[in-house]
Amino acid sequence: MNTETTGDFEPGQPTAPSGEPRGSVSRRAVIGWAGAGVALGAAAAGSVAVAAGAGGEAAPAAAPTADIPFFGEHQAGIATAVQDRLHFAAFDVVTGNRDALVKMLKEWTKAAAAMTGGREVGTGATGLAEAPPDDTGEALGLPSSRLTLTIGFGPSLFEKDGVDRFGLKARRPEALIDLPKFPHDNLDPNRSGGDICVQACADDPQVAVHAIRNLARIGMGVVNVRWSQLGFGKTSSTTPDAQTPRNLMGFKDGTHNISGTDADALGKHVWVAGGEGPEWMTGGSYLVARRIRMHIETWDRTPLKEQEDIFGRTKREGAPFGKQQERDTPDLKAMPEDSHVRLAHPDSNDGLMILRRGFSFTDGTDGLGRLEAGLFFLAYQRDTRKAFVPLQQRLAASDALNEYIQHVGSAHFACPPGIRKPGEWWGQALFG
Amino acid sequence: MSARRRSAAVTLLSIAVVGAALAGCSKKDDAASSDAIQVNASDTACELSKTTFPSGQVKLSVHNKGSKPTEVYVYAAGDKIVTERENIGPGTHVDIAAEIKAGSYEVACKPGMTGDGIRQKITVTGDGGATAKADSRLQDAVAAYHKYAQEQADATIPVVEQFAAAINAGDIEKAKGLFAASRVGWERTEPVAESFGDVDPKTDTREDGLEPGQEWTGWHKLEKSLWADNAITDADKKLADQLVADLKDWQKKIPTAEITATSMANGAKELLDEVATGKVTGEEDRYSHTDLSDFAANVEGAKKAYDLLKPVAAEKDAELAKTLDTEFAAIQTLLAKYKQGEIYTSYDKVTEAERKTFADSVNALAEPLSKLAAAVVVS
Repeated sequence: MNTETTGDFEPGQPTAPSGEPRGSVSRRAVIGWAGAGVALGAAAAGSVAVAAGAGGEAAPAAAPTADIPFFGEHQAGIATAVQDRLHFAAFDVVTGNRDALVKMLKEWTKAAAAMTGGREVGTGATGLAEAPPDDTGEALGLPSSRLTLTIGFGPSLFEKDGVDRFGLKARRPEALIDLPKFPHDNLDPNRSGGDICVQACADDPQVAVHAIRNLARIGMGVVNVRWSQLGFGKTSSTTPDAQTPRNLMGFKDGTHNISGTDADALGKHVWVAGGEGPEWMTGGSYLVARRIRMHIETWDRTPLKEQEDIFGRTKREGAPFGKQQERDTPDLKAMPEDSHVRLAHPDSNDGLMILRRGFSFTDGTDGLGRLEAGLFFLAYQRDTRKAFVPLQQRLAASDALNEYIQHVGSAHFACPPGIRKPGEWWGQALFG
Repeated sequence: MSARRRSAAVTLLSIAVVGAALAGCSKKDDAASSDAIQVNASDTACELSKTTFPSGQVKLSVHNKGSKPTEVYVYAAGDKIVTERENIGPGTHVDIAAEIKAGSYEVACKPGMTGDGIRQKITVTGDGGATAKADSRLQDAVAAYHKYAQEQADATIPVVEQFAAAINAGDIEKAKGLFAASRVGWERTEPVAESFGDVDPKTDTREDGLEPGQEWTGWHKLEKSLWADNAITDADKKLADQLVADLKDWQKKIPTAEITATSMANGAKELLDEVATGKVTGEEDRYSHTDLSDFAANVEGAKKAYDLLKPVAAEKDAELAKTLDTEFAAIQTLLAKYKQGEIYTSYDKVTEAERKTFADSVNALAEPLSKLAAAVVVS
C-alpha cells in the first residue's frame, strides 16, 4: 500500500494542465486564469492556486469555487488538487457492438463536459412532461464543486478470455499489464477489474454521485456498473502546502507525494511520454485502484509506540523518527526496517514515486460487528511495471502494516491524455 | 405487486409528475405555468384557483400550507385515479401534470395521507388544446390496445376458474400447476389492471404490502398456502372464489379504462419497472418461484404496447425504435433460454449471476422505453 512516496494514501494537488485554481475564486476570474493558463505555465497556475486557497485574500470565503477545466493536455482528476470526495465506478461493457460503445463514449464526453462545468446533462432536469428528464436532478442548484471525471480503460477491454472484443488488442499498451498476485492479496472479483473506469472527484459527494449515476444511466445497455466505491477524507495531497490528511489509522501517510504543480516530477513519474507504448497513451497515465481493508479494531488496540513503529512517523505531528516536524527530511535508518514509510520511501526504491490520490472509505459493518473500512488507494504512474508493481512487491513482503490491512479489490486502467477541445471524445485516439 | 405500488401504477393514466422544487435550472419551464391551477392544501382545506378548465395538458400547482404531509389525487367517476402525488411535505410545493379528458372529476387533498380526503368537484371542458390523439394512427393504437387488454382479461377468467376449482377440490398439485398461468393475462396488462385502484390490492398484494387492518386476499395468499404451507384451508377455498369474483370485476371494468397513447407507452415502461423491482429479485413469487412466467408476461405486454405505437415511433424517432427492437429481441431471446415447453425455470434455480444478466437486460430495455411516450406524442 502506500506511504509516503508512493504509497497509497495520498493527497491531491493542483496542477499542471490548465492550472485550476482552487479556493475561493470567482468563476469569472477563474475562467480568465484558465484561459491564460497555457501562457502562465504550470508554476504560475500553481501559485495562483496556492494563493487563492491559502490566503483567500482575493475573495470572500463563501464565494463559489472554480470549475476545473474539462479540456486540456492531460485529463483533470490526476494532477488536480485532490477534492474531498470520491465516487469511483468500474464498468463492464456488455455489448459486442463497437459502434454502440463509441456512441456511448461520445455521449459520456458531452455529459462529462457539462457536469464538470456545473451544468445539467442533455436538456436538463426538466423538459417534456411525457419524458423522464435527461438529467437526474440531484445536483441542481449545486456548483460544480470542482468535479473532475477521469476515464480509464482496463485490460479486459482489449482482450477478454482470449477474445479481441473490439479490435483493440493490438492497441493494448504493454504497460497495461494484468497485475500480478501479491502476497496477502485476498481479492474479491466483485470488487476488482472492469473494462472502463470513471473516477469522479468533487468537494461535494452529491455532485460526485450524480456524475457517476448519470453516466451509468446513459450507458445502460452498453455498460453496467461492475463495482463502485465511495470515498471521503482524501488521504494524500497533491498540494504540498496544504496540511497532509490522515488516514483512518490516524496517521499522515501522504506527506511526500508528487506535487500537482511540479511539472518535472509529473513528467518524470506520472505522464506517459511520446514513444512509450501506443501513441494514444501519450500524455496519459496508468491508474492502479486497490481497495485496502483495515482491521480497525485490532489497530485501535495497538499501543501507540507500536503504531508509530509501524509507520516510522509520530502519530500527532507526523514527524519522521528522530525529527521534529512532519516535513523534516526523514532519516530512514532511524525507522524500523519493516516500517511502512521506510519501505515505501523513494530512497528505498531507487527514487521511484507514484502520484497517490486515495480516499478513506467506510461501508457500514461487515456482519461481524467490525467496521468495513479502510483506504481506497488510487495511484497514477507513467509505467505500472516500474512503479506500483515493484513497490507493492516490496511492501507486501515486508511491511509491518500488513498485519493490519488486507488488499481486497484491485484494478488497473490506462487513462488516456486529456480531451483538447469540444468535439473530441473519450477514447477517440484509441478507437479512431 | 403490492398495494403500495398502486400509486406508481397510476401513471398509466397520468403523464408525468414534475418536481417543482427544482428551481433555478430549468431551461424550458412550461409556458403553462401561468395556466396552472393553484391548489392550496392545508390540514383542513383543499382550495383550487379554478374548478373549470379545458381538457388536455393540465397542471396542478400544489402548495402544502398545512402541518402534515399531504397527497393530492384527481379522481374520475368511481374514484378511478387519473393522477396523484404522494408525500408532499408541509411547506413544500410540487407541480403535478396530467393529460385529462373532458368530464367531471374530483380533486382530493389528503392531509396526513389518510382517508378519503377533502374533495372538490372539477369540470374539464371539451375544448382542450391539440393532444396526441389528433393522430388517427395513435387513436387506432389505443383502440387496439384496449381490445388487447380486454382479450387478456377474457382469457384469464377461465384459467382462474380452473385454478379456483382445483383449490376447492383440495388438489394442491393441480392448483400449483395452474397458478402461473392464471396470472399471465393480468401481468401482461398490469398497468391497466392497476388503474382500477381497488382491484389490485384485493388480487395481487404481497404479504409485506399489507396495510394495517387490511385482510390478505388474492393470488399471493393462495401461493403461500400451496407452496409454503402445502395445505388448503376452508378459508383458502373462499379466497379462491373471491379471486374469481374480483377478477371478473376487473374484466368488466376494462371498457372504462382511460387509455391514451402516452399511458400505453408509459405503461410499457412500468411493466419493465415491475420486473426490475419485484421479479428480478425473486420477491414477487417468493413461494412458487414462478417469477419468470410473470416476467415474460410483463415483457409481452410491454412489447404489445410498443408494437402498436411503433409505426408512429419509428417515424418520429427511428433510432429509438431501432434500439427498442434490438432490446426487446435480446430480452426475449434471454427468456427463451429458460423456457421448456410452456414452463419457465423455477427462479430459485436461477443463479445470482444469471439474475444480474436479467437485471442488466431489463435496464437496457427500460431506459430507452422511458423515452417512448415523448417520441410518440411530441411532433
